[in-house]
Amino acid sequence: MSLGSSMRPCGDFRTKYASDMTIFATPVTRYLAVAFIIALLFVPLVGSPYVLNLMIQIGYYGIAALGLNLVVGFTGQISLGHSAFFGFGAFASAWLNNSLGIPVFFAIPLAGCLTMLAGLLVGIPAGRIKGLYLAIATLASQFILEDFFARANWFTGGSSGAMAEYFTLFGYAFDTDQSYFYVVLFYVVLMFTFTSNLIRSRDGRALIAVRDHYLSAEIMGINLTWYRVMSFGISALYAGIGGALFGHYLGFVSAEGFTIILSIQFLAMIIIGGLGSIYGTILGTIFMVLLPELMEWSTGLFSGMMPDLVQSLAYIKEMAIGLAIILFLIFEPEGLAHRWKRIKAYWKLYPFSY
Amino acid sequence: MNTELLLQLLVNGVIVGTLYGVVAMCFVLIYKSTRVVNFAQGEFLLIGAWTCWWLLMKFELPFWFGFPLTLAFMVVFGIALQVIVLRPLIGEPIISVIMVTIGLSIFFQALMGLLFGHETKVYPQVFETSSINVLGMQVETAYILSMVISIFVMIAFYFFFKYSKTGLAMRATAFDQQVAQSLGISVKSVFAASWAISAVVSALAGIVIGMVNGVSSALSFFGIKVFPVVILGGLDSIVGSIVGGLIIGILENLAEFCDSQWLHIGNLYVIAPFYALVIILMVKPYGLFGTKDIERI
Repeated sequence: MSLGSSMRPCGDFRTKYASDMTIFATPVTRYLAVAFIIALLFVPLVGSPYVLNLMIQIGYYGIAALGLNLVVGFTGQISLGHSAFFGFGAFASAWLNNSLGIPVFFAIPLAGCLTMLAGLLVGIPAGRIKGLYLAIATLASQFILEDFFARANWFTGGSSGAMAEYFTLFGYAFDTDQSYFYVVLFYVVLMFTFTSNLIRSRDGRALIAVRDHYLSAEIMGINLTWYRVMSFGISALYAGIGGALFGHYLGFVSAEGFTIILSIQFLAMIIIGGLGSIYGTILGTIFMVLLPELMEWSTGLFSGMMPDLVQSLAYIKEMAIGLAIILFLIFEPEGLAHRWKRIKAYWKLYPFSY
Repeated sequence: MNTELLLQLLVNGVIVGTLYGVVAMCFVLIYKSTRVVNFAQGEFLLIGAWTCWWLLMKFELPFWFGFPLTLAFMVVFGIALQVIVLRPLIGEPIISVIMVTIGLSIFFQALMGLLFGHETKVYPQVFETSSINVLGMQVETAYILSMVISIFVMIAFYFFFKYSKTGLAMRATAFDQQVAQSLGISVKSVFAASWAISAVVSALAGIVIGMVNGVSSALSFFGIKVFPVVILGGLDSIVGSIVGGLIIGILENLAEFCDSQWLHIGNLYVIAPFYALVIILMVKPYGLFGTKDIERI
């Protein structure tokens, strides 16, 4: 492979539909992506438990954030209730496993499907209202589902929470961070590949058309109601799988964990990463998972001077989230994905940037 | 059927409803003039209440001095917020604007938690008597005060928008920004003014509620409760926000009554407005008095 084919020429001309629909723009990026995944396979062998824990978190939050990006970034609907779906998936998987005795291996995708049904139900208003009104409707659904979690003893265990078994396959229990990492990695690769393919299919392009101009989309024969409600369903599917992975990782699911703050964090992930960008979702998730760790680390640094600081760590973390959202929206509204593109463009044309 | 409890709850509903109405009015004011949905409205209440509490307790200022000082601070705060955070976002898509106010909301909520802790703090006694007898029912003085202040604020709003030059400019801007600008109205200062007014009036409501229940982060939940109210009344209708506030306030307390008497589900007080919200959105998305969005193709 020559260097020439790895780089795209200055003007990015795509002359065939096939070249416009590829997942990876050049063969090199494809090989790099595969090499990256293979490199990730070796992480459990060398990584410390701390690193593994963070990467698993990035995995399950990333899957849920990708679902949110489908509905917000690609379809242009605003959802403020994503953490409720995340929680629904966690509870559903634990419930399927505990009450119906379905093995965890099957419970995770089934929980995703159940959450999809919940998402379709919540998405019904999306067929009728949009924009701001839809945002408020999803906000209401967040509170209603939170209330449901606290109330439905048969499903969630009420205020005492639900236990979730470890993931097992052929009698082998994935009960360590090292082994569970592979489960999460499998789902991350699966869901991200699925999304990349969805976006380049007819349905994916329909979603983007609904975002860009819904009237034109409707005139071109796209069923608006169907795609709007469907995008909610699919996003809930992602959140459900992410939540199920979260539940089986922690081993315990409590109703208090899925508040509006987590929904806002999901939104922050996709806004910081880049709306409507698949790899941006992962960048944003990495940012949002590492941000609290960074805050913890820096307060540890300053705690010698101000010993009170450690007690107020929770507040400092929340403030950092709020501040990150505000600063990104003011200074880099297109997110890290856009920044990454700019960096690449800078080096591609260096030193003649025009 | 417990008539006395029902009556008490209804009175509560009206009082809380007027407060909802005032907060919703502030929300509508910002939405109407700047097209920004302010998710940080509850934090305005929180900041106002905490600032006033801080001035009264730390510096032991008398109430008549600390109270105006708080309001003056809120004017500066509202303008600063608009200029620094919201102005760069003019013309950005709706999701950005929503997210930035959500960001402000969690930022200030955490900041207040950091500065003042998470316990409920009580105000120093402002009135001599804590409750008085109205029509055979004990009503707290601060509630009476809140009613009086709310009604005063509503009347003041009415006259401000009807007769004052600034109010007229704000209405013109809300009607059509470009036309207003071409007639010599400074849209920028109108935007800043509407944030300032909204911050001040919200702080007023925050202080009143703080006097009754004590100040805590629970105050910011008013900012969420305002959504059922404004959706019911119509997002851009001042009258609608008052009517919506009263209806939601009474609905909440009726839900509480049904809950305690017959249903025993629990927590219905908090969750009923959100069910109402979803139903309203499905049936009548533009509320009772809101203007219907008509899009040009």
